[in-house]
Amino acid sequence: MSESVKKVDGITKESTQAMIDRTLEAYPEKGKKKRAPHLAPNDQASGSACVKSNRKTVPGVMSARGCAYAGAKGVVWGPIRDMVHVSHGPVGCGWYSWGTRRNLMSGVNGVSNFAMQFTSDFQEKDIVYGGDKKLAVLLREAKELFPLAKGISVLSECPVGLIGDDINAVAKQMSKELDLPVIPCNCEGFRGVSQSLGHHISNDTIRDYIIETREFSEPETPYDIALIGEYNIGGDAWSTKPLLEECGFNVKAVWTGDGQMEHIAATHKVKLNVIHCYRSMNYMCKVMEEKYGVPWIELNFFGPTKIKESLRKLAERFDDRIKENVERVIAKYDPMMQKVIEEVRPRLDGKKVMLYVGGLRPRHTVGAYEDLGMVVVGSGYEFAHSDDYDRTAPEMPDATVIYDDASEYELEQFVHDLKPDLVASGIKEKYLFQKMGLPFRQMHSWDYSGPYHGYKGFPIFARDIDMAINSPTWGLVKSPF
Amino acid sequence: MANNLGLTVKPVCEITPEEERRVGAWINTPEYKEKNFARQALVINPAHACQPLGAELCAHGFEGTLPFVHGSQGCASYYRSTLNRHFREPAPAVCSAMSEDGAVFGGQNNLHEGLENACALYKPKMVAIFTSCMPEIIGDDLSAFIKNARQKGNLPKDVPSPYANTPSFNGSHVHGYDAMLAAILETLTEGRVVEGRCTGKLNFIAGFDANTGNYREYKRIFEAFGIPYTFLADISESFDSPLDGTYRLYPGGTPLEEAADSINGKATLSVAPYATTKTFTWVKESYSGKHVSMSMPMGIAKTDAFLLKLSELFEKPVPDALKAERGRAVDAVTDSHQYIHGKRFAVYGDSDYLVGYVSFLLEMGAKPVHVLCSKGSKKLEKELHALLDSSPYGKDGKVYMNKDLWHLRSLLVTDPVDALIGDTHGKFAARDAKIPLFRFGFPIFDRVNRHRYPLVGYQGVINMVTEICNKFIDLKDDGCEDRFFEMMR
Repeated sequence: MSESVKKVDGITKESTQAMIDRTLEAYPEKGKKKRAPHLAPNDQASGSACVKSNRKTVPGVMSARGCAYAGAKGVVWGPIRDMVHVSHGPVGCGWYSWGTRRNLMSGVNGVSNFAMQFTSDFQEKDIVYGGDKKLAVLLREAKELFPLAKGISVLSECPVGLIGDDINAVAKQMSKELDLPVIPCNCEGFRGVSQSLGHHISNDTIRDYIIETREFSEPETPYDIALIGEYNIGGDAWSTKPLLEECGFNVKAVWTGDGQMEHIAATHKVKLNVIHCYRSMNYMCKVMEEKYGVPWIELNFFGPTKIKESLRKLAERFDDRIKENVERVIAKYDPMMQKVIEEVRPRLDGKKVMLYVGGLRPRHTVGAYEDLGMVVVGSGYEFAHSDDYDRTAPEMPDATVIYDDASEYELEQFVHDLKPDLVASGIKEKYLFQKMGLPFRQMHSWDYSGPYHGYKGFPIFARDIDMAINSPTWGLVKSPF
Repeated sequence: MANNLGLTVKPVCEITPEEERRVGAWINTPEYKEKNFARQALVINPAHACQPLGAELCAHGFEGTLPFVHGSQGCASYYRSTLNRHFREPAPAVCSAMSEDGAVFGGQNNLHEGLENACALYKPKMVAIFTSCMPEIIGDDLSAFIKNARQKGNLPKDVPSPYANTPSFNGSHVHGYDAMLAAILETLTEGRVVEGRCTGKLNFIAGFDANTGNYREYKRIFEAFGIPYTFLADISESFDSPLDGTYRLYPGGTPLEEAADSINGKATLSVAPYATTKTFTWVKESYSGKHVSMSMPMGIAKTDAFLLKLSELFEKPVPDALKAERGRAVDAVTDSHQYIHGKRFAVYGDSDYLVGYVSFLLEMGAKPVHVLCSKGSKKLEKELHALLDSSPYGKDGKVYMNKDLWHLRSLLVTDPVDALIGDTHGKFAARDAKIPLFRFGFPIFDRVNRHRYPLVGYQGVINMVTEICNKFIDLKDDGCEDRFFEMMR
């Protein structure tokens, strides 16, 4: 927790609450009652959640949330590069999530990585007669056409659960027949309230079908760690993994960005799990802690202040060799980062930013904006739980607005009132705010840039934020006639 | 045997570079192609999406219309983000956000609450409702649900609410577009037939077309003719609105009153015979005036036919301006023919687009070799064969119906061509085959402003031939030895 309470000029608990109340006026009575607990001014000193979260999406309000399938395919399973991920059901879900999250992969497409769209393409007859037989056939076809695949995940779409197919039985039988891990994941989109349940279900399937089925061939060392909740968006893992290696660690597995199934399966043998996205993978960290005694630590790789803090926090768990390495790494990179800051800070100092993203960024990126001299005036998550908001409270300035599962209407009203210089959110929000003439960066996909993590990422992040806010094109918006 | 499955614990083993090379070479062989084409169940890299996406696109084409997805919340986010990425524009739509209890009790409560909230917050003039998987499987009765919503006051009396059943396990985005368009027109025109009245207008249907430049091109042609028109499902402003500092929730769209009166039109013309079959059948039964369904005006011949049809329907001569434009387009293709003549192409896409590509390539003297449709009918297959048979440049052409882009990859690596026409999803196959990809279809996620350049009409011919020929010239410049690098091309 920060030692001092951060304040923003002109923002008080009263002003924020008044803004929330004005916004809620537009809702019908029932809608207002449901949405009110999800919007509140931050209480920084409390260190605890000021809003309710992880509740059902209110119908009709234009929520940005995805579904359990999206959490399984897009987040946890999809990034594992050497497995075939089958979107089991109609053609759409897999098509929409094909290549749209930017979890980059090494290897050869169709040979050793499978960043493709595999689907059972359900037709009416599959709904009527069930899709289990088709599933068995397609699993054989996948094994034959992609012999280097290390396994196959079967990710259920809505119809599979509704018609009562038993993918678990098919997976079990086919796993044996093909001598290949076939993982059934019951992540139908109607389950739960958001992507979040998809993360949880996927973690559970890793627990039930993957973990402990492999062991690393090399001898163990005290510096064996795994990087958890790092999805290699725009190459993030290719910044964080080498950074940790430079500090002297052996990064035995990455979950799951550019991930390898067998490395993931042997992760119970590491000495420490380093988790970045707590929301999507805390479940397996806890399982590994309880079952195998592997401790875990939460780090933040955004911006030099948080990176430095995180590396030192990590070094605390290890011997002097690591501590010295970490200090050397910080001494090497921190001055470079300060140079970046010196360059852009004069153009960004005091600029206000509003965040609305997913798993970790609404709190983890706060420090990186602050490194650039910017002020975060609002933040919220699509699918967070209370423990995420607890972790957010100390990071955000006091009395700033916190929103959970915000509707487009709410975001528009808050932006109207707070007049930020930058909105950092997702693709569905991007063009709305740009039409208003407001600078915007996509913070799920790094707006097709990146990486943003680690020392490799921060200069790119700084450049992008500078470019978004200071592009001369904004000067063209107002027409002279 | 410590793990949950009771499996023997194995050592972590890596894919070796040798294995990677061996399999990498194998997937390019005719033997692999045979296995690949023998697939019965697994679909890999399909070139089509599901029905509701098309329904949403259509709904955005009407004035003040809020697309409403009845189904799980995630569905709506997928459709919206797909449209956001392609157009780089907002795509406001809401959802009834059904969850587990919906599976048990049905989606009526969610629909009602959703309509009440959506109408209060986003004040639509029309709500266009369509379904994703869940309500289709549990059998929600939308007709009754919507009637009840109106009785309960969840839906204002003056807000029309057409609905379409758009199950994702049937057809593709194109069929969802058709179903939504039919539903909207049926709803808006109900009771609007006036005996003896004629609006004097052309009702125009473009079908699932995500190129806003095409819409503007059609309008320019109608205006050049002096033909009054109602453009049904006009997305040109909805997905190409000005950036002037104001966000508009519903920019543009076909005015609802005009759409309602379209039933009394002078003529209705669809240039999407495959994408608007259902709508057109209904229009023929219900609308006054003439009804014509013809190919998309892609290429010179198809544009000629389009203009002649307009001329015939409205008894107006083809205007001089368009005659001159035709001449300029022919001039442009003649100037550039040597860079495209004889080049071998693979093409894939939605049915109506596909007919357009093939027709255009044949008249340029290029050879459509692999013609692949991810979701198409027997009728389309027949039309494509007839087109290929009509030209000596079509004799190498083969049609592959209901095949995916992994099949296409096998074709490209075993029977090479010079270029691929498709959409962004073709980029991996094109890269593996080391050929350029022309992104004329939907979606385009990886190039900017492409959807603003029309592909239809004579201007479309100029755009396509320019993009294709200059790319081939670029490749020559990029790839030639220094001594062959020269000023002139």
